[in-house]
Amino acid sequence: MLELRKDIFADERDDNLKEIGKPTQRQDMLGHVTATSTYFNDHKLQGMLHLKVLRSPHSHARIRRIDLSEAERQPGVRRIIRGADVPHNLNTLLSLINFGKDDEPTLAVDKVRYKGEPIVAVVADSQREAYEALAKIRVDYEPLPSVFDVEEAMKPGAPVVNETYPKNTFTYHDIYDHQKLRFGDVERGFAAADHILEQRYQMSPIEQAHTETNGSIAAPDTNGRYVVYTSTQALFFSLDTCAKILDVPSNTLHFIGGTVGGGFGGKVDTVTEPLSILGAMLTGRPVRYVIEREEEMIYCAPRGAERIFIKDGVARDGRILARQFRCYFDSGAYTRLSSYAVVKCAAHLPGPYTISNVSADVYCVFTNRVPATAMRGFGVTAVDFAIECQMDKLAHLIGMDPMEFRLINAYRDGDMKAHRREAKNTALIECVQVAAEKAKWPLRDELKRMSSRKDGGGARAAVPATPREPILVSRPAGQQRTPYDRPASPPPEPLRPPPLPPLSPPPAAAPSHGAIRFSSVFGGRRR
Amino acid sequence: MAKTPLQFRHNGRDVAIFVDGGMSLLSALRDEVGDHSPKFGCGQGGCGACTVLVDGEPVVSCVTLAETIAGKSIETADGLKTGPELHPLQTAFMDNFAAQCGYCTPGMLMAAKALLEHNPDPSRVEVVEAISGNICRCTGYESIINAVLAAAARRTERRA
Amino acid sequence: MAKLRGRGMSSMNYPIGMNLGGDPSQALVHSNPSGKFTVSLSSIDLGQGMKSVTRQICAETLGVPVEDVYVDTADSDTGPHCMGSFASRGTHRVGNAVMAAAREARGVMMEAAAEELEVNVADLETDGRGNIHVKGAPHRSISTKDVAIAAQFRQGRTISGRGIFLVPLSAVDPETGEMSPATCYAHACLVAEVEVDDETGEVAMVRMDSAYELGRALNPRLVEQQLVGGAWMGISHALYETPEPYYPDPSHGPRDFVEYLMPGPGDICPHDIAVLERPAPDGPFGGKGPGEMCANPVMPAIANAIFNAVGVRCDELPITPEKVLRAIKAQGGARPQARR
Repeated sequence: MLELRKDIFADERDDNLKEIGKPTQRQDMLGHVTATSTYFNDHKLQGMLHLKVLRSPHSHARIRRIDLSEAERQPGVRRIIRGADVPHNLNTLLSLINFGKDDEPTLAVDKVRYKGEPIVAVVADSQREAYEALAKIRVDYEPLPSVFDVEEAMKPGAPVVNETYPKNTFTYHDIYDHQKLRFGDVERGFAAADHILEQRYQMSPIEQAHTETNGSIAAPDTNGRYVVYTSTQALFFSLDTCAKILDVPSNTLHFIGGTVGGGFGGKVDTVTEPLSILGAMLTGRPVRYVIEREEEMIYCAPRGAERIFIKDGVARDGRILARQFRCYFDSGAYTRLSSYAVVKCAAHLPGPYTISNVSADVYCVFTNRVPATAMRGFGVTAVDFAIECQMDKLAHLIGMDPMEFRLINAYRDGDMKAHRREAKNTALIECVQVAAEKAKWPLRDELKRMSSRKDGGGARAAVPATPREPILVSRPAGQQRTPYDRPASPPPEPLRPPPLPPLSPPPAAAPSHGAIRFSSVFGGRRR
Repeated sequence: MAKTPLQFRHNGRDVAIFVDGGMSLLSALRDEVGDHSPKFGCGQGGCGACTVLVDGEPVVSCVTLAETIAGKSIETADGLKTGPELHPLQTAFMDNFAAQCGYCTPGMLMAAKALLEHNPDPSRVEVVEAISGNICRCTGYESIINAVLAAAARRTERRA
Repeated sequence: MAKLRGRGMSSMNYPIGMNLGGDPSQALVHSNPSGKFTVSLSSIDLGQGMKSVTRQICAETLGVPVEDVYVDTADSDTGPHCMGSFASRGTHRVGNAVMAAAREARGVMMEAAAEELEVNVADLETDGRGNIHVKGAPHRSISTKDVAIAAQFRQGRTISGRGIFLVPLSAVDPETGEMSPATCYAHACLVAEVEVDDETGEVAMVRMDSAYELGRALNPRLVEQQLVGGAWMGISHALYETPEPYYPDPSHGPRDFVEYLMPGPGDICPHDIAVLERPAPDGPFGGKGPGEMCANPVMPAIANAIFNAVGVRCDELPITPEKVLRAIKAQGGARPQARR
């Protein structure tokens, strides 16, 4: 079933290791088979209360009034939590690394932007009593028009999903509604091609569907601290997010986790911890908030849908001469992590192939659906589906075997990638050769002799002349210019092998709120 | 809320608890008996993470009313060991690396146990059918199927 | 009127770690009085084997058997900061942090041993079985247990270490997208064979063959778990799952596992995998991470196999029987392509 091809790249490895490479039994396997591995919910705390949230039935609506009077009188209800009770009720997950603007409330106050958005939390003696109290809450909504399609959302006049981003797109570098990738001159590449292929691909949202749902139990601990048993995939990320939302010093919170029933990206968003902790703070008791399966399916963040347009120019000998992308990430109603995925996607293009002319515009778009988040392959899965279907179509178009088509275009050590970094430690060619051999897929001898370590670099290492587009000059008065701002562009240079561009060190500017320039969590940044 | 007394056998011991009307067997086991081995995965009877045996038959305890098992014998993954010794299924799961996050494992083991008690020498198809009510999101099932077949083979060997 | 078989392939790479870097992880390693080590982390094991892989890395670096190492995670009071388990960063970032901490701890251990044996520390080596001896003179030896006792109770040394691994954050050029997204990449190529029923549009998996390049297979059983499980999820993404079957129309979303479809144990197929290892210069023992790489190649390979079987292109995921059937009908019937 699984074989180790130790013969390949053997000269780059020292296989004389003692523990590494051994099929050692997992440290947690005994715990798993004896059902003693402890997940967040395997804690029974004395006097534990249960938290459930009221969710919006509308995909877009103003909240006119919330009437809790009847709900508050329901048996077993200990506390009802509203947006006004949340100390810092506006956040975006990546504010921890200073990327993006706070745009999402923990509990909605004046507006709901997706069907399922939490509005009120009820803390009660039992789950059943919490649900019965939720049913007694009266909310007056004024429904608003919704938009569900990413290209519709970008048209003028579309309903504004999220006022933080009034054009329904995340802002990159303060001025663009997309992340650009420009490498070479795609128009010249298309002009030189024998065939042009333009296609559209669509990936629907996908649930992480981990067998254990999201959840946490928060309890007052000794000395004014709170212990939090959590299913999170990122302990300090969640802890710091809660510290910000609840406006407490981070060492007030003691997070315990580490054994999680599947994550796949669906347990980064820290959806339950802020409310379970707040519930514990307001009641003085342990509070458990577990997401139900139906909630996970319908109301909790899936992998976001992506729409991808690819235009390729291919020569009849199999070389891809130019590749152009337009990608739309459907972020749903709030940013969460999609803003980051857009940049990761741009970096991933055009795939593991050396193509001298590449261009991409990648957008993060807001719609009135459940906010999207990370999932296995975040930023890459959908675009790799699109690229590899496209490669198959191109091969078919020119009458070439698909394996051969990959090998001809494969990147190799020393090649320049579209994000202007040298390819190193490559192995695509060897993977194709080995898979073909395994599948008994015939390959010509010449293709079997190719190597990632040969025939790369040289002319393939050049950064090609890349036409400059006019830079947007209109910006709001007084808006901070970023250090990457450049004067108006000179005319495009003639196509000839250019020298590598000088890499200038970044100046130590303080990033402004909303700046695309990531700074590390600890404030420093080095190239 | 009025509570109903409930007595049953739990992994070979007599237990007595009080349950609310409408409480699931899963909640009764986890919150009243203190047995955390069956897991909450969906509460809809759809994933099998809560699988326990009631008089030897696998049931999804999240949609089984606790009151309906009065007087019956309940087996959970917590009771698979004999003293310190692992059940052959547990050993086989370990040997075949048939768990990653481990969350489906307790339910999977009980479904497999029920199969082997009824059918000590199942075919691969019969194993597949027996675990088809148990969702695993991590392993892709191959290692689990192999583990159940291996456990069956060992028991057959031992009896031979 | 027929079940038609076809094969398709895909090839790809995958960046290791959080995009642009800036995602540190830390680790602490220390010995108890009798030479047993604990690795303290706040990293998360989602099932991918974080605890197991870091345990092996620590043992290898320290030069002790894996039984003498235990990984403790995750507690924010005792485990130092880790960015989290995502973006295939665990093996690479946390593994490196553990190596750094283990190296420091090993350094102290070897100095303590050198003092006990009255030799230069450069003359000593570990045997990986719990002993430290003089190179070329294995009888001049001391157990790690005795070293630990000596260090802590006589010499006044702490056999412990701290580690952090950080890929410095990269900037992004707004005009060109120039950036340093990752320091290493994993690779894959996968061949899928499917059988398409041209009357129902159903696609059944027949087999898969694949090759993955992962830097270093730190534990081949764990690698196998990821690659087999991930490929299953790829099949599921390709043919079964979505919470919005009529995207961008959000209606008719599934509410439970009866409506949210995934392949069951009866829907899987044999999968033969080859693992290649081209060590990443900055990976722990060259290790990259297969966690996300393993699902991606399956989707396009299946789509391309469907084309080979019946001649239709399905460019929208998931590729449901309805989509396949509509495409076949629009084309006027199945058009099997040349066998690959």
